[in-house]
Amino acid sequence: MASVSLDNALVLAAILFAIGFAGLLTRRNLIVVLACIEIMLNAGGLAFVAAGARWGQADGQVMFLFVLAMAAAEVAVGLAIAIRFRQSLKSLDIDDADEMKG
Amino acid sequence: MTAMFYIAAVVAVLSTLMVVTRTNLVHALLYLVISLFAVAVVFYTLGAPFVAALEVIVYAGAIMMLFLFAVMLLNVSADSPTRVSRIAWLGPTILVAILLAEVVYGITRHSQALAGAEVGPQAVSEALYGPYVLGVELASMLLLAALIGARHVAARAGDEQEAAESMERARAKAAGRAALPGPGLAAGPDPTAAPDVVPEDEDA
Repeated sequence: MASVSLDNALVLAAILFAIGFAGLLTRRNLIVVLACIEIMLNAGGLAFVAAGARWGQADGQVMFLFVLAMAAAEVAVGLAIAIRFRQSLKSLDIDDADEMKG
Repeated sequence: MTAMFYIAAVVAVLSTLMVVTRTNLVHALLYLVISLFAVAVVFYTLGAPFVAALEVIVYAGAIMMLFLFAVMLLNVSADSPTRVSRIAWLGPTILVAILLAEVVYGITRHSQALAGAEVGPQAVSEALYGPYVLGVELASMLLLAALIGARHVAARAGDEQEAAESMERARAKAAGRAALPGPGLAAGPDPTAAPDVVPEDEDA
């Protein structure tokens, strides 16, 4: 089963990260922006797990668990901010949050 | 195992592309669930079954349900999901594609085989509660802070005052009961505490 090489997994992580990053730059909906951040975090975790599998060590999976906890914390706070955003600005478009524009 | 990896990788990339391109929010989030399932299969083929299970349980189960609950709570299918113009996505996408090509070139120059050994839950747990136990403590503190922060941010401004008032009332009531054990005299200065069947403030 060792025929999957490390660079295949890392290329997959890079592709997923790039898709999430492109979505983060192009989409204007706050929920989709949070989902794109989740995609990027997941791709980072995939790179950790692939690197751990390269050496047959558990450290990569441990780091993925920390990424998982951080993603859960980030999405809880982010969605709370989205709810407040919607209540105060009556929309979810991040371009509407321009009150501090000089 | 190799075929499984490639199939799951293709599914992951396609469904992630759908996440980024769909304008319907619920459809995008459901595609994201598919993408996470595909990444879980990739984890399994990489010899990490414990992390694959956690990906399904925590990411696809808990975090995506949180997303869907927020979408339903906000009722966002009503408003226009995106206002981006037709060619505004072109510039960032091209730049990201250039960066991706560079990264892929850098990764694929030196091909390395995986170790091939499956790292099961026992090894992960021994590492987690051995050298990484401080990180576990920090993660628990981070989650606690996120819990309190999310509750504080999502609460409306009036709720804080109401909660403080109801806590004040409850404290006054408890103090009155402690000072005066007689049931009839426990009213004290708080008029709402007089009958025993005070409707409790559910929001506190």
